[in-house]
Amino acid sequence: MSNEQQQGNNLDSWLDAYAARAETLAVSEVRALFSVVSRPEVVSLAGGMPYVSALPQELLAKAYNDMMAKKGNLAIQYGGGQGDLVLRDQIRELMALEGIQSSVEDLVITTGSQHGLDLLSGLFLDKGDVVVAEGPSYVGALGIFRHYEADVEHVYTDHDGMSPEALQETITKLKAQGRKIKFLYLVPNFANPSGVTLSAERRPRILEICKREHILIIEDNPYGLLYFDKPVPDALRAVEEEGVVYLGSFSKILAPGFRVGYVLAPPAIRDKMVLAQESALLCPSSFTQMMISEYLANADWKGQIDTFRGVYKERKDAALAAMNEYLPDLHTTRPDGGFYLWVTLPDGVDSKAMLPLAVKELVAYTPGTAFYGDGTGQNKLRVCYSYPTPENIKVGIKRLANVINLQTELLETFKGR
Amino acid sequence: MIPKGKAAAKLKIQVLAGGISHERDISLKSGRRVADALTEFGATVVIREPDSKLLANIAADKPDVIWPVLHGASGEDGALRDILTLTGVPFVGATPEAARLAWDKSIAKILVARAGIQTPPSITLPKETFRELDAESVLSSVTASIALPVVVKPARGGSAQGVSIVTKIEDLNRAMVDAYVYCDVVIIEKLIEGTELALSVIDLGAGPIALPAVEVVPRKGHFSFDERYTAGETDYFIPARLDAKTTEAARKVAVTAHEVLGLRHLSRIDMIVDANGIVWFLEANVLPGLTETSLLPMAITASGNSLGEVYYNLAEAAKRG
Repeated sequence: MSNEQQQGNNLDSWLDAYAARAETLAVSEVRALFSVVSRPEVVSLAGGMPYVSALPQELLAKAYNDMMAKKGNLAIQYGGGQGDLVLRDQIRELMALEGIQSSVEDLVITTGSQHGLDLLSGLFLDKGDVVVAEGPSYVGALGIFRHYEADVEHVYTDHDGMSPEALQETITKLKAQGRKIKFLYLVPNFANPSGVTLSAERRPRILEICKREHILIIEDNPYGLLYFDKPVPDALRAVEEEGVVYLGSFSKILAPGFRVGYVLAPPAIRDKMVLAQESALLCPSSFTQMMISEYLANADWKGQIDTFRGVYKERKDAALAAMNEYLPDLHTTRPDGGFYLWVTLPDGVDSKAMLPLAVKELVAYTPGTAFYGDGTGQNKLRVCYSYPTPENIKVGIKRLANVINLQTELLETFKGR
Repeated sequence: MIPKGKAAAKLKIQVLAGGISHERDISLKSGRRVADALTEFGATVVIREPDSKLLANIAADKPDVIWPVLHGASGEDGALRDILTLTGVPFVGATPEAARLAWDKSIAKILVARAGIQTPPSITLPKETFRELDAESVLSSVTASIALPVVVKPARGGSAQGVSIVTKIEDLNRAMVDAYVYCDVVIIEKLIEGTELALSVIDLGAGPIALPAVEVVPRKGHFSFDERYTAGETDYFIPARLDAKTTEAARKVAVTAHEVLGLRHLSRIDMIVDANGIVWFLEANVLPGLTETSLLPMAITASGNSLGEVYYNLAEAAKRG
């Protein structure tokens, strides 16, 4: 074979065999940059990691020992596709804290609520369908929707959460365009990334609009119990059973390593979810479900949630104080719970483009564009205060201020043309 | 051909990977690949981070050789290599002095040009330049001298991070900002269109040898970060689809650049062959990527050698001094 005729090697023998949706999966430079957050010199305000050190390991050790002594063989065996019945019953008690009445029959345990959302997306989304979501919205959800080749339409969101008027306008516009809206995806409490909570006044209006327009609501609520001073309004699912699928998680109120979440769905959807789950992974992990069940039965889990609230409130206060000290001119949300501040940068500053500079200055954050499916959010960034100590939060935000100043100077220098 | 052969006694090798540069992720991937290949070949390998425990780890591990697989600042700029020199433990790759010269693309271009090799016209602009001079007028005179299209790139760095190709004058400012976020010194270089080549150079003690040229053909756009590290995004032709004369010219450029920059053991020289068959030197890589999609391992495999054997022989060459 001559040189001209030789075939190139693209390093992937199966390139011609992938499904079209695999096109959405690619490495990214931003993702690679985040590798530095594991270095101790870097203050990471990026990943939304719970501060699991506030969870006494003795509690888990005891839960493990007790669980193995009582039902070790069951814990290491396959379980049911819908999840452990005892744990489902305990979850009912957990959800009652947010006003939700339910049956164990309608609950499905999943491998984190992320998996629940993936199962739901697989059930509902075809290529070109539309998911309506807050603007900004949770990056992990956007990734799932993108993978199922759906389009995301963001709805204007302010300090009281999603605007009902904007939601109605969006729905009307999309329907006029002949688009198929499959569901409204909402994180109503201390949303990721904005930190805002959907007000009690807006909740019935959102429900009413979706009911009238026949749009299913997926209510994703990992942070609701992590309020600082007063509980959040009742869940949407507490009011509406048929039109809301509710996602919950143990990742933030216990620990994410268990990978246990749950979905409360109307019976017809629940049936399909169980079948889809059995098809995908046979059953969620019996081991971690039974560990959590033992923990809920015998540990002071409500007291532990109180401990987490105290930790995160102290860190939120440290973050806001540092923002006030080092970046007083920037707008930031002031959350009443959860993990996040949502910061608006000076005009023209692109948080994604600025990230390499931040890495150089040993601080990391999540660029705003990650939280939009339409490429917007350039001048926003998310600060996550849940994991670093209050002292490190202050150091990190001081460094962030320096980065923003350097970038602003750079943009000022090259503002011409 | 690279000499074959195995040492009677296997070396104890400490692979350094990670670091705190923009290329940390690539370094970790490269480091694990190198460690796996060395282990498979029979070496005793430990992977370490170059962190506050660096010296303590070297003292505890007592390696025969250190194999730094560190990309980006500190790994390639000579700083860490100075520290390794102080430990007295032999290490693979460039000396601190050579690393400093080659790592800075603007200096490397000068040294290579002095050896008679073509390198695209360029200008190097430290950020401080713009403290006193107006950016608009500086960039206007630059583009009057170096006509678009140009490549704007950080003077120090790798993996195409911060690199832009500017074809329209209105995009130049943005490209400058995107490069300065990686490095305080930026190069504006005339874009040479042509066949993109990467030639890896290996020296096991008997002098530098250029491995088969790898021709790089991204499926979309240019050979940027995503195209480098996503399998399927780029087609690689080994050997490159060049005539014998051009192939030989490219090999000569690679070996000459490796030598004039004083590089040691391994390097990768990136170049472009234009429509007239002229080979243009672009940059030298002090520690080339060694991931599963990287060019040097590809060239080693194409040369009929095993990665483990070559990586091991490099360690032995380092030990021999």
